[in-house]
Amino acid sequence: MKVLVIGLNHKTANVDVREKLAFNGPKLEQGIFGLHKLPGIREVAVLSTCNRVEIYACVNNKGASTDIMDFLADLHGLKRADFEKSLYALNDFDAVRHIFRVSSSLDSMVLGEPQILGQIKDAFEFALEKKTTGVLLNKLMKKAISTAKRVRTETRIAENAVSISFAAVELAKKIFTELADKSFMLLGAGEMAELASRHLVNNGVRTVMVVNRTYERGCELAQEFNGKPVRFENFLQELVHADIIICSTGAPSYVLHKDQMQKVMKERKHRPVFVIDISVPRNIDPEINKIDDVYLYDVDDLQEVVDQNIHGRKKEAERAETIIDEEVQKFGKWISSLDSVPVIVALRQKAEEIKREEIEKFRNRCPGLGEEQARAVEYLASAVVNKLIHPPTVALKEDTEDRDELIATIKKLYGINGEDD
Amino acid sequence: MEVMLFEIALTFYFASAIVCVLELFKGTKTTSVIMLVLAVIGFLFHTSDIVARYVISGHIPIANLHEATSFFAWCIVFIFFVLEYRYRLGLLGSFIMPVVFVLMFSSSVLPRKMEPLSPVLQSYWLGIHTVLAFLGDAAFAMAFGVGIMYLLQEHYVKSKRLGGLFERLPSLQILDEINYRLITMGFPLLTLAIITGAIWAENAWGKYWQWDPKEVWSLITWLIYAAVLHLRLTAGWRGRRAAILAIIGFVVVLFTFFGVNFMLKSMHTF
Repeated sequence: MKVLVIGLNHKTANVDVREKLAFNGPKLEQGIFGLHKLPGIREVAVLSTCNRVEIYACVNNKGASTDIMDFLADLHGLKRADFEKSLYALNDFDAVRHIFRVSSSLDSMVLGEPQILGQIKDAFEFALEKKTTGVLLNKLMKKAISTAKRVRTETRIAENAVSISFAAVELAKKIFTELADKSFMLLGAGEMAELASRHLVNNGVRTVMVVNRTYERGCELAQEFNGKPVRFENFLQELVHADIIICSTGAPSYVLHKDQMQKVMKERKHRPVFVIDISVPRNIDPEINKIDDVYLYDVDDLQEVVDQNIHGRKKEAERAETIIDEEVQKFGKWISSLDSVPVIVALRQKAEEIKREEIEKFRNRCPGLGEEQARAVEYLASAVVNKLIHPPTVALKEDTEDRDELIATIKKLYGINGEDD
Repeated sequence: MEVMLFEIALTFYFASAIVCVLELFKGTKTTSVIMLVLAVIGFLFHTSDIVARYVISGHIPIANLHEATSFFAWCIVFIFFVLEYRYRLGLLGSFIMPVVFVLMFSSSVLPRKMEPLSPVLQSYWLGIHTVLAFLGDAAFAMAFGVGIMYLLQEHYVKSKRLGGLFERLPSLQILDEINYRLITMGFPLLTLAIITGAIWAENAWGKYWQWDPKEVWSLITWLIYAAVLHLRLTAGWRGRRAAILAIIGFVVVLFTFFGVNFMLKSMHTF
């Protein structure tokens, strides 16, 4: 039995190679069946995302990787040389560790991102549905998922935003508890500002005001966020109602000065305001951060926060590796428990135990039993037991393709517990 | 017997305060649970101690400074549990339990002998007046702790250094809100304490108000918190300013509580 991973990811292959090997649409089904039919491949699952294409397999011999590569070339209409140098092939422990690292998002482009776990689940469910997996891959995938969950709960790898727009939302939550009752003003437009606005709305902000120099553009944006458009000339009056302000206008100079903001704060009775200025050059006088209850972040400040968070995630990733080491060890133990010898021994022991107990019971029930009769009973019992366990023993000793499954089945049928948790 | 109860309570509060401080450096869910469990056990012993003293002396045990300080600490822990139950604020314990421990420790070194109550004090007003005053002061103590938390969190957000406790401290808004609630709770209690005190004084000495130092300082405390509330509602003194005022207010409360006893002659002296 061998676990094998063959694949490529964003580190080993450019997008033009990755897209050529992607299993999208009908190719996934076609591919997974084709792989399953290859000689020496017992179980197989395929993960295909925009950042990686990986084949997880349980194989009989190491030569299977060449067959897989040929198959990939065939399926995607490529030459092996086109992608071979981007591929990695990992065996056994390395393969298991790799799968655990992928599911735990340690191998992702954005460390700790949550999507990969869902993608692994989908890939596994697809393979399960197509019946191309068996005992080993099923267990491996379950462990990959539970390891990822352990990493998520025991480390802080997924905490703290690693994009500017999410960082803005997280900060807003540390200033205001609930965003639902807060009003938000978008001043200007722009990709990053709109993205941040969308995150705010998704996090519960209901009242949205959109200010734009071109009123029509403002109306369009307002519609998108279910908000109300405000004319640029009027924005100072409306500013009083805004708890969160995102500013991203193309103005060459400040559109909001300290004295203006001071007046606004007085009128607001100093209810806190979170101001995000993502315009370059800056559109809001940085001095307003000095006013009580005004919190101003510009694009560099947010980038700084993001950098810190990324650094924090890297540190957490080190802790995650230890967890993964542990889980790989555990999985290794489980694999070795699949070896047939200990099962045969356990099976014999179990049979002998039952035999001994039953003879004991029988003797107690018939105290007048003579020595010879007793020996005859023992002989009979031994014969029955041996006959009964002979076929499973023989089957276990044979090196057939489905031995892993057989071992698991026998363990289940006879109630033999290995190191399976 | 009640000496033992007090010592046990003190020990548990001490352990809880230690865990609280540790939590500042490396906090997990487990540490905050341990901290709470220790505090609850301490509180149970503490309550038994107060009940035992009540039973033995026949009046609410605040007749000497040891008892009064201990009762003050008890009120703070009580309000802490209420807040913890209601809001589950991260790290609140780290800012409160050390205060509780300091109070309990001061109480432990003060003479504990139960003196018979002087006849003027033997009145049901004793219980009403003092419990109101202590609960009010305890609310101010909590506002002090929450105020410090606010200033700390404010500092992180304003200076854009989001390390340290930023992650685990609650949001500015909730801290400010709780600070406000505590003061709106403490202020009427203090007001009622002063009124009942005046009525009692009239009964006992025939005069509502005698410009006794304790009375004067209580009035100062009352004026400060009245100003805190007034400024918030009219001038929008919330957030940082409210937090600073809550801290100043509590320092005055402490002076009224201890300072007057030690430095000034007062008929409130124990």
